[in-house]
Parts: sequence; C-alpha cells; structure tokens
Amino acid sequence: MAMADATDQHGAPTDSKGRLLTSDGTPLRRALERANRRRKLTALALVGPLLAFILIFFAFPIAQMMWRSVDNPQVVDALPRTLEALQAWDGRDVPPEPVFAALHADMMEDLDRTRREQKFGPLGIRLNYELSAARSAISRTARSVPGFEAPYRDAFTDAHRLWGQPELWRVIKREGRPLTLSYYVAALDREYDEFGDIVKRDENRRIYVNLFGRTLALSLAITFMTFLLGFPIAYYLSILPMRHANLLMIAVLLPFWTSLLVRTSAWIVLLQQQGVINNTLVALGIIGDDGRFSLIYNQTGTIIAMTHILLPFMVLPLYSVMRTIPPSYMRAAKSLGATPWTAFRRVYFPQTLPGIGAGGVLVFIISIGYYITPALVGGQSGRMISNEIARHIQQSLNWGLAAALGTMLLVGVLVLYWLYNRLVGADSLKLG
Amino acid sequence: MSSKIKLIGLSSALSVMALSAAAQDPVSLTIVSWGGAYTASQQRAYHEPYMEMNPHVTIINDDGSANALAGLRAQAQAGNVTWDLVDMLPSDAQLACDEGIILQIDHDEMLAAAPDGTPASEDFLPGSLGECFIPQIVYSTVLTYRPDAFPEDNQPSSIADLFDVENFPGRRALQDRPGTNLEWALYADGVDPDDIYDVLATPEGVDRAFAKLDTIKDHIVFWTEGAQAPQLLADGEVAFATGYNGRMFDAIEVEGMNADIIWDGQVVEWDGWVVPADGPNLDLVMEYLYFATDTQRLADQAKFISYGPARASSAALVGEHADLGIDMGPHMPTAPENYFSPIVLDNDFWVDYGDELRERFANWMLQ
Amino acid sequence: MVASANSDGFVVFDGVQKSYDGETLVVKDLNLSVGKGEFLTMLGPSGSGKTTCLMMLAGFETATHGEILLDGRPINSVPPHKRGIGMVFQNYALFPHMTVGENLAFPLEVRGMGKSDREKAVKRALDMVQMGNFINRRPAQLSGGQQQRIALARALVFEPELVLMDEPLGALDKQLREHMQFEITRLAHDLGITTVYVTHDQTEALTMSDNVAVFEDGRIQQLDPPDVLYEEPRNSFVAQFIGENNTLDGVVKEIKGDACVVELDGGALIDAKPVNVSKVGERTRVSIRPERVEASRDRLGPDAHLIQAEVMEFIYMGDVFRTRLKVAGNENFIMKTRNAPDQTRHNAGDMIEIGWMPKDCRALDFPS
Repeated sequence: MAMADATDQHGAPTDSKGRLLTSDGTPLRRALERANRRRKLTALALVGPLLAFILIFFAFPIAQMMWRSVDNPQVVDALPRTLEALQAWDGRDVPPEPVFAALHADMMEDLDRTRREQKFGPLGIRLNYELSAARSAISRTARSVPGFEAPYRDAFTDAHRLWGQPELWRVIKREGRPLTLSYYVAALDREYDEFGDIVKRDENRRIYVNLFGRTLALSLAITFMTFLLGFPIAYYLSILPMRHANLLMIAVLLPFWTSLLVRTSAWIVLLQQQGVINNTLVALGIIGDDGRFSLIYNQTGTIIAMTHILLPFMVLPLYSVMRTIPPSYMRAAKSLGATPWTAFRRVYFPQTLPGIGAGGVLVFIISIGYYITPALVGGQSGRMISNEIARHIQQSLNWGLAAALGTMLLVGVLVLYWLYNRLVGADSLKLG
Repeated sequence: MSSKIKLIGLSSALSVMALSAAAQDPVSLTIVSWGGAYTASQQRAYHEPYMEMNPHVTIINDDGSANALAGLRAQAQAGNVTWDLVDMLPSDAQLACDEGIILQIDHDEMLAAAPDGTPASEDFLPGSLGECFIPQIVYSTVLTYRPDAFPEDNQPSSIADLFDVENFPGRRALQDRPGTNLEWALYADGVDPDDIYDVLATPEGVDRAFAKLDTIKDHIVFWTEGAQAPQLLADGEVAFATGYNGRMFDAIEVEGMNADIIWDGQVVEWDGWVVPADGPNLDLVMEYLYFATDTQRLADQAKFISYGPARASSAALVGEHADLGIDMGPHMPTAPENYFSPIVLDNDFWVDYGDELRERFANWMLQ
Repeated sequence: MVASANSDGFVVFDGVQKSYDGETLVVKDLNLSVGKGEFLTMLGPSGSGKTTCLMMLAGFETATHGEILLDGRPINSVPPHKRGIGMVFQNYALFPHMTVGENLAFPLEVRGMGKSDREKAVKRALDMVQMGNFINRRPAQLSGGQQQRIALARALVFEPELVLMDEPLGALDKQLREHMQFEITRLAHDLGITTVYVTHDQTEALTMSDNVAVFEDGRIQQLDPPDVLYEEPRNSFVAQFIGENNTLDGVVKEIKGDACVVELDGGALIDAKPVNVSKVGERTRVSIRPERVEASRDRLGPDAHLIQAEVMEFIYMGDVFRTRLKVAGNENFIMKTRNAPDQTRHNAGDMIEIGWMPKDCRALDFPS
C-alpha cells in the first residue's frame, strides 16, 4: 500500500498512470500475465509429449506420403544430358542422333557409379509404371552399352525395340521433371495420350475410381448395419443395471479380443456354401441344395465380417450417450400423451443423435481404411481401395501410386468429415 | 602313424580353440522366409545343421517374405538394414536388384560346386540363377481337383478341363492375380507352352487370354492367401483349386484331403535367397549361403517339403519324407513323370508387364 | 377423511399391493381416495413406497394386486399415454432438443390439435407461469426455477384433470422453493385441478396440501389435513417424522377415558393423552412438541403437568430460544420458546420447573 501512488474509487491501489496494482505494488496486469504464463507452461508440459509423438509418428509420415505421391527424381537423376537434348524434340518421331548420344553418355556415367548409387535400376522401374517393358529396355541396354559405337541410334534400337518408339521418349520427356502428377493421373484411371493430354484409360484397365466408389458404398452399408444392430443393443445396455450391462458389454467387445485368424476361420465355417448357415437352411428345407447362398468371398462376406468387427465402435458411443438420457424423458413424453413409438421418435431418438454421429463417423472412417478383413473374406467384389493401396506398398512396390491413392483417400475422408461438420456439427459428436 | 594322428589331433584341437575363441562373440543371423511348413523345412535342412557346426551362430527366423520387397526397400531407405538373408521370388528379386538394395551374386565364386566338380552356374537348373538371386527350390502352381466331384469314368486330367464347365461342372478356386491364370487360359486355348509369353506380350494375346477366362468367370472363387486354396477344396466349396504343389502335397498326404493333382501345365517358378546390401553380417551370411545351397542341403530340404531342389546334382539325392516315409521323388514338380508339359514362369515378362496386366485383371474381376 | 377406500373419490387406490421381486411388498394393501380438486401430498422417507404409488397412478408401474380407479374407471390396463394425467418430474424432464414452445406444444401436437389453437394454448400456459418471453429458449438456457415453471406449464397445458408431481421442488434453493410452493398451490386451486404431490419435505407437505398421506413401510400411517397431522399424530412414527418432537419412554400405569398415567423409565409419573395405547402395563412412547413445553407457570393452564428439569444448553435462534433440558433421564429434551420481551433466558446448569398440558402429551405406541 505504501508503494501505491493512489487508490481508485473502490479503494484498490493504482500507480501514476491509473493502472491497478497488487498489494505489493506490481501492476496487476503483469502479475496476471506471470500467473498465466505458468499455467501455459504447465499445459504445454502436459500436452507436449503427445504433440511431439503425433508430429513424429503421424504428421510427419503423412506429409512424407503426400510428398511421395508427387516426388519424381528418377528420370531427372539418371538422364540429365538426355533430357537437355530432348528439349528441342517435337515429340512426334523417334528423336535424332544427339539425343541417343546423350543417352549413351548418361548410361556410361551410370556404369561408373557403385551399385548402390546407380540410377538406371530405379529409372527402369519408374518408367515401367508408365510404359510396360520400359524396365527391360533399360536393363538389357545397360548391359551392352559399353560396346556401343556411334551412330548410337541404331545401336540402341537394336538393343531393344522400345528405343525406336516415340512412346518411350515421350514418357521420358514428360517425366523428366522433379515433380509429377502421373501417379494421380493413374489413380484416377487416366493416362496421357500421345499429345500429352490426359484421357481416360482403356475401359478394361480402369479400376481405382470404381474401387473408390465401392469402398464408399461398402463403408456406408457397414455403417448402416452397425447402426441397425448396435442401436437396440446399446439401448438395452443403457437400461440394464450396471453389472448386467458390463456382462453384455463383454459379449459386444468379444470381437475385439479374438485374434483375426480365429475370427476369420469362424466366419468361414459359418458362412461358406458348405458352412453351418447354409447347411442348416438346407437341412430345414428352406433352400434347396443347389440354392445355397454365397455369404463369403464377396461383398456380403465383407459386410458381415466388418459389421462384426466394427460393432463395438458404434455401440460404445451410443451406449455412453444413451446412458446419460434419463428414463424420465420417455416417461414425460408418454405422460404428455405420446404413444411409445412417438415418444421414441420425437423424444428419445433425437437425443441419441450425437452418439449415432460419433459411432457413424468412427465406423465409417475405420471401415474405409480397413484392408485385412476384406482381403480374407471379401473375395473380389468385397475388396476395397485399401487392399489396392496395401498391394502397391507391399507387392508391386509402386509407392508413388500407393501414396497418391492414400492421399486421395485422406482428402476424401476429410471432405466427408467437413460435410458432416457442415450438416450436423462436429461439436455434437460424443465419443464417450 | 601315431605321430600323424597326434598331429591331426593337435591341429583339430587348435582349430577347436580357434573356433571357441570366435565363439566368444555370439552372432545371430536374421533370416527372412515364408513361415509355416516352408520355414520349418529350411530350419531342419539348413539352419539346424549349420548351427550345430557353428555353435556361436543363432539363426532367427522372420516370417516376412510375403512383404520382403517392401521391407528391403524400407530398410535400405532408412539406412538400417537388420535382415541378413531373405527368401523371395525371382521377380521381386529382380526389382530389388534393379534398385541396388540387394547384392549381386557371382555364382561360381560364392556358391559350392557340385560334388562332381560342375560349377554352380551350370549345376543350377537353366534360367534359375538371377543377377542377385540364388534359387533353392523349384515349386509349381498346379491344378488340383476333388475326385468325388465328378463321375469315376469322367475325371479331369488337363488344364483344358479346367476351362470345360460343360463336362466338368463345379466352382473353381483361382488365385486373384493374373500370373498363372493368363498362361493357363492361353494354354487351354491351344497355345504351345513355349510360345505363351510371346503371345501374351501382344494386345491380341491378352484379349485372347481374357476371352478364355470369361468362359469360366461365373464359376470362379478367388483366393488370396496360399492356405485358402487347399481349405476351399477340403471344405467342398469348390471342385477345382489352383495352388502351390507343396501346400497341396501337405493337404493330401499329411492331412488326408481327398484330392488329386493334375501336373499338366504346371507353372514352374523358383524361390531362393537374396542378400540385402549393407546387411550387418555379410561375411557370415556368405559362409552360411555357401553351406545352405550345396548339393546335399538342397536335396535334404526335399525330405521335409515337396518342392524340388534347384540343382541338377541334388535330384539323385532326394530320398524319403523325414516324417512320413513317403518316397519324395514322385512328388517333385521336376520328376520326369510330372514335368511333361511345364510352363516356366517368365519373371522378366511379369516384371515388365505385371502392372498393366494386374490392372486389367483387377478390372476384369470387378466386371 | 380416513385411510380407507372410498369409491366416490376422483382417484381411488383399492387394496393396491406392489412387489418387484415377488418376495417383499413395497406397497402393502394401500387404500386411498382423493377427491376432485383436492391437493393430496404423499409424504414419507425414501423407500416408503410413495413414489411407487405415484408411478402406478401414472401408469409407469403396474399394481401387483388391487385396483386403481380414475374418475370411477379402473385404469390398471390403460397405458400411460391414454390416462391423460399431467406429470411434473423431479428433474423436470424438459426435452433438451426442443425449445420451450416446442416442449409445451408437444402434448397438444400428439393430441392432434391444430397449429393456431396450439399456439394460443402454449401462450396461455406460459403466461400462467409468467414465462411468456421464454418461448424460444432451450431448457439448458433456463435457470432451475424457470425450468420448474416450464415443466409445470407443460403438465398443465393440455388441461388434465389430474396432475402428479414427483418431488418437483427438490432441486431448488430454499427461497425459490418457498415461492414455488405458493405458486403451485395457487395454480392448483385456481384451475381446480386434482393434484397428487410426492415429497419427503414435511414443510412442503404441510404448507401446500389439503390432505397429507404419511407413508412408511409401504403403508399409509396417517391421512389427515396438515393441522391434524401435526397436532394429533396417530402413532410414534408420524409424531417423529412430522415436526420436532420430545419423546419419553415409559409404561402405562393407568387409563381413564381420555387420560392416562405413564411411569417413565426414570421413575417419574406423568399425565398423558392415550392415543395409541390400549391397556395398562403396555410400553409406550410419550411425545410432546417442544413449543408446547413452557417454563413459566403463567403460560400454562391450571391442570398442567409440572416436572423438574436441568438446563443443559441454551441456544439463541433469533425468533425463538431453544433450551436443551434433562428431563426424566432424557438429556435431549427440547423446549422451544418465543423470543418475547418477558421470556427468560436460562443458563446451563440451572434447575427449572417446566410443564405442559396433558392433552399435548400423547401416549403413542412404542416402536418395535
């Protein structure tokens, strides 16, 4: 108080500029800032580890994936001279001799590199994505290139037929840039024509757009099925006494705790044509022996299996929302004259919407990215885009295409989430 | 004489001491393979004898071969190679080799010669050695059927029968990839096995193969994992199934499944080792490889699984199954009575045209 | 009014029993009649069966045995939404996803009332509880008292003849509660609605009701207007439950008409009014209201019963004094005296003479 210059009309000390002071004379604002700074540091310390974890193990890999979908170093690295010589080429005919000479020089230089450093292996693989057999054109030529003598054009065209076709050269020129869109072009079932325009692929090579559509449809079907099965079960759980509810909850969660192999075998035993369900139906005379249903190795199999696996993701948010809806609402509605159905529809159901939203978003997003189960029980018609992404990552090793497909999937999910947010509002999600 | 024995005794004692000096540094080799019965056969034919001779070496099995290519690339890019030796298919080996992430192999330098002195490059079956690839076994994709699905006087016997739904009705389980299926379609359509890849390299040939596949499309069940094929057959879900001959042997001879193998048009492929570049124990791996690919070891593996040894000199040494006592000779894909119309899978072709044909095949499956 | 079936009541419970587990009865042979326009309160501790009775009346529980009649019609098999009974819930149960207006329109809508009629009725009901400006608010934006009014308006908007209220004021603070008690009573009487009100708060029961039914152990212990209930509890439970009470335990020595003599456990003999004792030698609990105990002989009649007491503690409470006394061995004997100018303030340790009128000293059953 002694340090204060004055007091304001409420008796609090102020300094000469009229700013409020604390009892020991520090300006109130600064004291407040100091107190807040400590709180911010505490918050950062609490959130920090997770933030770092997410950055390193989530944000960074995703950024890397997106980068990979446009990263295109192979041609630029391997063929600097050739690309320069191709600058003047009109793209119509087989390029002139200087281009072949430049190619020869590039190849000779590559042969001097150590095995790990050689650029032509990756180049062949990269070009083969755009043009079949381009890889063997490169690798076979590379073996014999030290024996080549001018004029190189004939030597190259003799070594592999593709060198004599403008197609390969157009690919080299087009992909001779550090960044490419060609993975996205392929992921959209499109390709470059001879004029460099993007056109649709041959009908019999289009798969991805179709698969995206089917993934969307299957995921929606799975989401709807989990809702259909999960809603009554969640409702029943929510009105049961806690200890009974826990018991039933274990039954719902059981699929979580069973190994994938056990689950898959169980589905096969149940669902196949000679399986339990079909045998029972035949034994009961409901269907004939030649009218057995195909319940597995097709979309039905995927929907059944995924519904089974993802049911808990629908039930848990629904249950946690329903648990908070007191039974008095339904009673109130009935006492006000609503039939049980009207009471459910007008009063109970609207209040479960946050749970349905959360469960639906969870199930939908998870099922869009699921690939193990569809691969095992989906046959061909029950496969989804993730299976194709996994195949490109693990088997064909076309990581660029996998990254492009993955990025499109990610963007698609974000767009859907944005739409959901616009229509329903993400803040209404209740995850538990 | 006695002094000579002493000398030998002394020298062997010295070498034992040398060995035990080395044994003070235990080493473990991580060997990646396919798991299941296949890894078990390698364990018993290669790993166990090798570890017995070299007590300081521990071999760790990693069942990662199905995704070995992706694993190799990831390890190479991360600069942290943990795999010492990888079992993979030659087409994958070719891709890895092109990328420079596995070692090139000088076969005669690095591998044992046959007991009669034939150098390795001549002893291994023709076309099996790759730039970076050392084959161990020949396996084949074969057509298998349930005898009880057809009348006794009308049993299928050829690939053509697979495409004949009139005379041989019933569902067919095929692998969900173009390889083998396209070859068979052309073979059944009358193309000579030797010309199949030339025909398939042309757009007309591809159309022809798919047109043939169209005739049985409504009867196809696709399988993905190797274990699914014998399972579908055993459950009576299908009348025909294509599958790896080793798995089919296991299902028929060990599990007692009622099925017969049709060796006509078997699609023959190799499987073997590649060495990751910059692996942690390169010298030791080379020593192991020299041992594990010699004539006797390759013949030994056939005691545990019905895949044929990749060396010509091993064929004569193939004996009985170690547990079942069955003479393994007739079950080898390379046995003369089975090897009458083989289609040798052309890995170069599949590396070049695989992407395009897979897309076309996937599209065809979706239609 | 007595606790027996009266078939011309508007609401009648006739021999109703309820059991949840098939072994114990939550409601034991309930007979009750509520007249048209009457405000009846079911009062009792939790677990006494009062809420179960209300739920059976509303139709959310079914009677295990016996019949419930509404306006002469048996309603056991009528589902709740067809009973036409308004109900106010403990937590108000306002639908959180609807506005106040929509909440009020809901019962009218499900009855098929046209839009304009609906709007008029909603407005009228809101004005009735002085909440006309809140029609577009959501329940979450209202205070507890406001929600309470809306709940009340919603239960009344469809003009039911019977309204049930299940501890509707439990969540409000004291001041608001007192205000709402008054408002609910006023509304009920103005509209002439029959009301069955459940509470465990005796003040609420006493201030609001025409009749109070005291529940305990699945039975109605006493059904009487508030003043009778307070002044003349019929058994020791009611005496103990309603208001404050001094109890002295003893044995009946003598019964003469409407007077009896009780020998307290400390040996003293007192005069009492025999209410729930029938024969000499019976153990009894004698109850005297603290405010009927006087320390000044001037304030007592000539036939007052006098007894020596030791002052244990004197508590000043503003409008009244509470003096804790030791009487006949009971150290928790309370005397409540008005803070009048001539009132004596006693000190702990004082020996004083206190007294009461024998008619205020009720010899009741000895609780088992």
